[in-house]
Amino acid sequence: MSAKKIDIVIGSGVPLRGNDIDTDRIIPARFLKRVTFDGLGQFAFADDIASLEIQNKKHPFRDPLYEKGSILVSNQNFGCGSSREHAPQALKRWGINAIIAESYSEIFFGNCVALGIPCYTVDHETAQKILAWIEANPSVPMETSTESRSLKMGDETISLNLADGPRGQFLDGTWHARAALMANVNKVVELASGLPYMSFLD
Amino acid sequence: MGKNLYQKIFESHTVAKLPSGQTQLFIGLHLAHEVTSPQAFAMIREDGLKVLFPERTFATVDHIIPTVAEERIRPLKDEIAEEMLVHLERNTNDFGIRFFGTSTEEQGVVHVVGPEQGITQPGMTIACGDSHTATHGAFGTIAFGIGTSQVADVLATQTLAMAPLKTRRIVFTGSLKSGVTPKDVALAYIAKLGVNGGVGYAYEFTGPVIDNMEMEGRMTVCNMAIEAGARVGYCNPDEKTYAFLKGKPFAPKGEKWEEALAYWKSVASDPDATYDDEVEIDCSELEPMITWGITPAQAIQLNDNMPMINSFKESERFVVAEAYEYMGFEEGGKMIGTPIDVAFIGSCTNGRLSDLKSAASILKGHKVNPNVSLWIVPGSMKIKKQAEELGLDKIFIDAGAEWREAGCSLCLAMNPDKLKGRQVSASSSNRNFKGRQGSPSGRTLLMSPAMVAAAAIEGKVADVRKYL
Repeated sequence: MSAKKIDIVIGSGVPLRGNDIDTDRIIPARFLKRVTFDGLGQFAFADDIASLEIQNKKHPFRDPLYEKGSILVSNQNFGCGSSREHAPQALKRWGINAIIAESYSEIFFGNCVALGIPCYTVDHETAQKILAWIEANPSVPMETSTESRSLKMGDETISLNLADGPRGQFLDGTWHARAALMANVNKVVELASGLPYMSFLD
Repeated sequence: MGKNLYQKIFESHTVAKLPSGQTQLFIGLHLAHEVTSPQAFAMIREDGLKVLFPERTFATVDHIIPTVAEERIRPLKDEIAEEMLVHLERNTNDFGIRFFGTSTEEQGVVHVVGPEQGITQPGMTIACGDSHTATHGAFGTIAFGIGTSQVADVLATQTLAMAPLKTRRIVFTGSLKSGVTPKDVALAYIAKLGVNGGVGYAYEFTGPVIDNMEMEGRMTVCNMAIEAGARVGYCNPDEKTYAFLKGKPFAPKGEKWEEALAYWKSVASDPDATYDDEVEIDCSELEPMITWGITPAQAIQLNDNMPMINSFKESERFVVAEAYEYMGFEEGGKMIGTPIDVAFIGSCTNGRLSDLKSAASILKGHKVNPNVSLWIVPGSMKIKKQAEELGLDKIFIDAGAEWREAGCSLCLAMNPDKLKGRQVSASSSNRNFKGRQGSPSGRTLLMSPAMVAAAAIEGKVADVRKYL
């Protein structure tokens, strides 16, 4: 049982400038009150959208220029904070299929792998360049590839970083880890029986 | 060559190398709560899987639970909160998992309950669908937050696909001055190393400041590792660790205790262990810390000036300017004297008995400023009982504070406890993100419980040291 291979994502960009965009902003805690992930997409960045609307400004997630986008671009430490998988679930259900940023929080990155969303990194200058290109070319499709670790943007091809581990998982369909973990259940039981502390929980 | 604690535990819990290159890591203890688990149980039900080691998962309800006693009567008024609680009850019952519900004396914030029940023990790997799981690292464990798909992985296989982290040893030297607490130590290392300085690392907290710190303080220091980007933070186990665990309900007893001690001692970092990085932080001149912005690293010592936007490098100015705009503060200004509306003492960071004692020592004989609501929310029902045995509740109530039942409460405002509008909250919790405390424009100032108490008395950010 392996999931589908994830390589090419084609879609226009969604430029989300800023560092440290945390998971409370991606999906505010009150939207975590549910027992499924259904319908979360409509709440992505709900509070950021509303606070910009008061100032007559448009958040990229509520801007007709970007509303069909599927490649999200941001700056440093994207997805920091809470471990809530609701954050990447909301992005995915909104329509995001790949993310490019300068860096990510580890838990967020891991959650994205588990959902089949490749998260690429680039340096600050490259991020700024991609953001500016999307703002100048809204709704124009771009293309990312896990295979070649690259972004096609207009006539240009830009190198993206993606570690070998997750890249391999996307390409061989093992990004959904459970099948590989299940395959070793006998070894798990064996290791557990040798751990000194299994009998310490009185 | 010696090994550090992280390396030892990671190695002894390695089940296999996965085709992806990742390590399949055994999880010795899994903790669950109502927010991040329902979808995980649904996933394993859908795949027809069982829980492989049901006795190694413990669950409690904390995020959505009201903290006013009458509002905890079932069914909860909030239908969705009730539904989440019902799901957890049904899931734990169906799969044979121990659940500390609202009708039990054990209920509380998941990261408070594990240690106080003696479930958290040195040398374990611990996972929970909550980013503050590193709290348990205070006991010499590898403890970290996971997403819901990974919660399902743990339920089904008691393992996770992980890549090993690098290790950074952070040595806290000197000794803490009066009025300076573990929370200030936490805010200090986050400010120094940055909100993403720890990405890719496990942080080992060590040095004389940690050696002299009680277990509850160490939990505060480890709790906030994720706010520095480090998924894992830990202290090496020592005599204080063992003394804390001795006699706890789930701690080993008799011969098992001796056996456990031998194992626990063996997992501590060797004296000749090596690390990928080492940092020393001198705490001898550390002052009480307070955040002024929208990330936990945007913090200053109480009497310092807030930084100028231009003092940051270009790539960081955007978030600094964004923070000043959101908070409505002036760069270069002082935090002391900033009026507050709400004061909150509680959370997995600072909702333990020592935190309540520290707040009570400040509040005793004083009144909460009439413009401020002070909410004191114990981290567990056990702590509530202990505090009441010590008469702390009387001190709080006499001062005009609200004395509540256990839960996460205003830390993330998933229950009825919320800020309103642009209220400013002096908070002993862990995150000052935009909208974190339940109002999309609400503002949070992170500080120690004692500093929160001082701010509640004066109705503005105050120096706790004049109340010592």
